[in-house]
Amino acid sequence: MKDTQNNIPRTIPQQSATFSNPINAEIRRAAATGIYDIRGGGAKRRVPHFDDLLFLGASISRYPLEGYREKCDTSVVLGTRYAKKPIRLDIPITIAGMSFGALSGPAKEALGRGASAAGTSTTTGDGGMTSEERSHSTQLVYQYLPSRYGMNPDDLRRADAIEVVVGQGAKPGGGGMLLGQKISDRVADMRTLPKGIDQRSACRHPDWTGPDDLEIKILELREITNWQVPIFIKVGGTRPYYDTALAVKAGADVVVLDGMQGGTAATQDVFIEHVGLPTLACIRPAVQALQDLGMHREVQLIVSGGIRSGADVAKALAMGADAVSIGTAAMIAIGDNDPKWESEYQKLGTTTGAYDDWHEGMDPAGITTQDAELMKRVDPVEAGRRLSNYLKVMTLEAQTIARACGHNKLQNLEPEDLCALTMEAAAMARVPLAGTSWYPGKEGF
Amino acid sequence: MQVFDLEAEGLRALNSSLHELNGSTEPGRWEIVNPKGSHAIAVGLDAPIEVTVKGSTGYYCAGMNKQATVNVHGSVGPGVAENMMSGAVIVEGDASQYAGATGRGGLLVIKGNASSRCGISMKGIDIVVHGNIGHMSAFMAQAGNLVVCGDAGDALGDSLYEARLFVRGSVKSLGADCIEKELRPEHIEILKDLLARSGADAKPEEFKRYGSARQLYNFDVDNVGAY
Repeated sequence: MKDTQNNIPRTIPQQSATFSNPINAEIRRAAATGIYDIRGGGAKRRVPHFDDLLFLGASISRYPLEGYREKCDTSVVLGTRYAKKPIRLDIPITIAGMSFGALSGPAKEALGRGASAAGTSTTTGDGGMTSEERSHSTQLVYQYLPSRYGMNPDDLRRADAIEVVVGQGAKPGGGGMLLGQKISDRVADMRTLPKGIDQRSACRHPDWTGPDDLEIKILELREITNWQVPIFIKVGGTRPYYDTALAVKAGADVVVLDGMQGGTAATQDVFIEHVGLPTLACIRPAVQALQDLGMHREVQLIVSGGIRSGADVAKALAMGADAVSIGTAAMIAIGDNDPKWESEYQKLGTTTGAYDDWHEGMDPAGITTQDAELMKRVDPVEAGRRLSNYLKVMTLEAQTIARACGHNKLQNLEPEDLCALTMEAAAMARVPLAGTSWYPGKEGF
Repeated sequence: MQVFDLEAEGLRALNSSLHELNGSTEPGRWEIVNPKGSHAIAVGLDAPIEVTVKGSTGYYCAGMNKQATVNVHGSVGPGVAENMMSGAVIVEGDASQYAGATGRGGLLVIKGNASSRCGISMKGIDIVVHGNIGHMSAFMAQAGNLVVCGDAGDALGDSLYEARLFVRGSVKSLGADCIEKELRPEHIEILKDLLARSGADAKPEEFKRYGSARQLYNFDVDNVGAY
């Protein structure tokens, strides 16, 4: 007051960059509750991503393909190494594993319908296979998880592929969690657990540890299924070079590599934000491992974690992936975080686009819930149509880019089509910084 | 009886021959000779047949078994009868780690000792071990009965759900949330049945029962030291 009266300039109140308001709020929340923050989704922090890459396009040195006349193949075959019946997809975009339990039955049905209409596969999750998703998915990948909830040889044999889940990008090294409020009678029955208790899924498989055991486990799964279907191995992005090499050594047909932007139904926020690698940083080491083993394109690589558009698809493929997988984007396509539920998000203390308390089972969009009334908000036919539309748009976008770069097949995109906008992205993607012929780590400079 | 020489004819031929029976009962009896520690012997069976393995096996013998009775005249490697659905697996010798892991039904009998993590994550299987079991057995066990005629190692029943554990001998230590519980008449009946079916020479009254205290079923910060 005195300074103002004397007209002396005051120091402006300064917020701490270290102790910011969100950080302080979290400290107060932890102090009040005594529990770490649990949420769904993937890393929300800004990390180097596909947005930090650009395509160069054709010019005098390369010529483009005519967008509306010349073919650009989008198909991909997964599981050509050992499986008698590889998976043949029309588009290189698959639907990632999301469990019945984490997601409602209508949401799972919508994913199956949408994927099937677009000519691609969908994937079960940590809760077993439901008859609805099997019947609505022309190509269904059956996850083999540490919890083995719902695992049985009959479902194993009616799957189109088996995905041995070692880890996922949101929580590499962590198990799953489904809190009691989402454990309905049906979910409890499928998982052989009492209703209403917190379900902890183990972080390691119960009957194997390490790559030598994994090789024998894969032998068992192949023997049970008579070597018919491909076996995928899914890993979270941590040490992609070695994990990919070991997955190949263990006998995988396909390696699924999930970066830290990949979502989860629920885990600790500290895990999501502080463990694992950005998707962008995972791809080149994994491809390098495949190339070093002479297995690039023999063992297919599926990349997931933050894929949103056809540009992202094209960039992942240009870096050497055979296909991508989407989870969060697919949920958004079928109605997750839709602005039409804003008033209800507000009641839950959040807002459209930020809603991530999927574990609480109160999802206004009816997707991450087992509430009988809320799940009615998902019309599986309509939501499936939206997902199919979205998948087709992504494919068209990827084709647009591929043709502009002169490729008649999406998998023909290559690192030479790319440049990076930042030093970090250049280093991770191993493509030159825009306007240069150099990237950090490149030898010869 | 069908005699199958595993060394001569190979694993793929064995399992595909056994799978072709699915649902059928003929031939009803199989004898597998020269197993020589091979992995994945007789996995994924789904027929009411009797298979005898003349020797010791590697990993995952009789994995995901349905309906069949598999006798092993030897010892078994890790993960015997993993995820068994129904039927029976009887091991005359010892079992390595993870015996009966995630099993959902049927009866697994180990006439010797079982190593660590016996019955890990079991979901309805009945397991009877005539000898001792190793550490971390019945970890996160959800349902079914684990009967141990000898002693149990460290951390028995850690993070247990609703499986019932019966031990006749000593328990080196109990895992988080596992406690001794009263042996009631219905448990005597369960034991009587399982001991008889597994050919174990023991009396139900000699056993102690262990189960979940159910204190960790829903997170409570005051239990954080137990996790």
